Amino acid sequence: MKKHKITQPLSSAGVHLMLGGYTLLALFPIALILINAFKSRAGIFDDPLALPNAETFFIGGFEKVLAKSNFMLYFGNSLTVTLISLALILLFGAMAAWALSEYKFRGNRLLALYMAIGIMVPIRLGTVSILELIVKLDLINTLTALVLVYTAQGLPLAIMILSEFMSQIPKELKEAARCDGVGEFKIFFQIILPLIRPAVATVAVFTMIPVWNDLWFPLILAPGEETQTVTLGVQQFIGQYVTDWNAVLASLSLAVIPVLIMYTIFSRQLIRGLTSGAVK
Amino acid sequence: MKRMPWHIAVFLAPAVLIYSIFSALPLLDTLRLGFFTSNDAGHFSFVGLANYLTILTDPAWSESFWNAMWNNCKFFLIHLLIQNPIGLILATLLSLKGLKGARHYRTLIFLPTLLSVVIIGFIWQLILSPLWGVSEGLMGKVGLADYFAPWLGEEGSALITLALISVWQFVGIPMMLIYAALLAVPEDIIEAAHVEGASAWRIFWEIKLPLILPTLGLVTILTFVGNFNAFDLIYSVKGAIAGPNYSTDILGTLFYRTFFGYQSQVGSPTMGAAVATLMFLVILAGVGTYFYFVQRKLTRYEL
Repeated sequence: MKKHKITQPLSSAGVHLMLGGYTLLALFPIALILINAFKSRAGIFDDPLALPNAETFFIGGFEKVLAKSNFMLYFGNSLTVTLISLALILLFGAMAAWALSEYKFRGNRLLALYMAIGIMVPIRLGTVSILELIVKLDLINTLTALVLVYTAQGLPLAIMILSEFMSQIPKELKEAARCDGVGEFKIFFQIILPLIRPAVATVAVFTMIPVWNDLWFPLILAPGEETQTVTLGVQQFIGQYVTDWNAVLASLSLAVIPVLIMYTIFSRQLIRGLTSGAVK
Repeated sequence: MKRMPWHIAVFLAPAVLIYSIFSALPLLDTLRLGFFTSNDAGHFSFVGLANYLTILTDPAWSESFWNAMWNNCKFFLIHLLIQNPIGLILATLLSLKGLKGARHYRTLIFLPTLLSVVIIGFIWQLILSPLWGVSEGLMGKVGLADYFAPWLGEEGSALITLALISVWQFVGIPMMLIYAALLAVPEDIIEAAHVEGASAWRIFWEIKLPLILPTLGLVTILTFVGNFNAFDLIYSVKGAIAGPNYSTDILGTLFYRTFFGYQSQVGSPTMGAAVATLMFLVILAGVGTYFYFVQRKLTRYEL
């Protein structure tokens, strides 16, 4: 590596000041909520910026939320919906991506374009008919309805990114397998799928976030008490307990913490995906 | 070319079926429903463009439609003029050579993007609340306490405040995309310009910026589609009524109210479908413009 000094208009300290300042701005609101969720009401109001200490430490908010609402149920629902949708998107998406990138057949490009439209056109615009369809199928207030809609929503991007990766797999590998008389399904499941594992992980993270965070479809397709997701549950819970600051802060924290944990695990995957131009 | 062998069909079938049944066909059906009206018994009858005429010209409807449309445009403009330039600045700083801790900065700045819009909305609602006084207190420390106002509650500032909250949350996306584009700028071009004696400032404006234009175009269209499809933030902070006095109403909340009804107004699937169709046309116009002008120009640029 060649090293040379680049005369920058800003000194290195200035750069760190700006980036650090912005990082604080990005984290401050979240930190503020987390800190105050562990404080008593007096602690929250007297000195919102202080960390909880022996005097102000209080977890009554969490106790109340966990006892009075179905938070754990909502978590379970969100987790179920997200994981099943994700599995379906990845499996069906990879299969379709393989078919579209590997085989030449009539209508190949047209089909690829048809599937790609869903990347730009939000599925939300079809809500009127989706609701009608879900009612007809008798799936209203079921997690199945959410899984089906999210799978349909996630497929286009998954197919596009995975096709991109699959077309980079060396031809010789597939040809060799075919010469040995390996079937197409075996090639896909035993050779191709393991090869694109890093891409699958990236797509997984991208697909998971909008599904976990969605408010619209849970609100419309599954608003029943038994089928609420975390996002919808928090939304309604906070609406009811607006003045109970401990409960509100605790429920916000309960909704934030799992995402924070997920992010610490997957952030490298996610950022590598973004910066390697997976989303083009 | 041969007919499609069955294994290809098996690979394609699940994805194509689910996507068609739960995404593509409902979308088409919604566009169709916009031309119908339903009576109390649930029978649909064809009315041509009547729903659209009502929305666009009947004062009872057009006023809220154009209000939502105008608000949505403002919402988008604030993102375009604030979010994307901040994203560009952050990305440029991050991509500076030899910057220590760049990875930590970008990981942390990207964090808010991952949280649910609903949660972000509530967090800011608490922070900006005059009851809690965090903002007022913080502003007081720098001598600005007098300028504090309940921004989310006032007609003049609520929409701008919500847009800024959304900017705060999503700035990580343009930052990352632009950052990736900046990293992809060939090193030898920069090197050459540097040898020629070009300043960092000039290298940025005359080499890097033109080279990342495709990414800026992409970021703009992603922002556009996201903004004209937004709903969660306004709904969770302001409810379906998008108060105060509809000052934060955007197309997404208007669509929700038209479809499901609110207070005295009865919801109507066909009118809802008409609003959704109008949203579709707006998004289509945006995406179309992008592909027609930006993409085409850029392919030429690449050659």
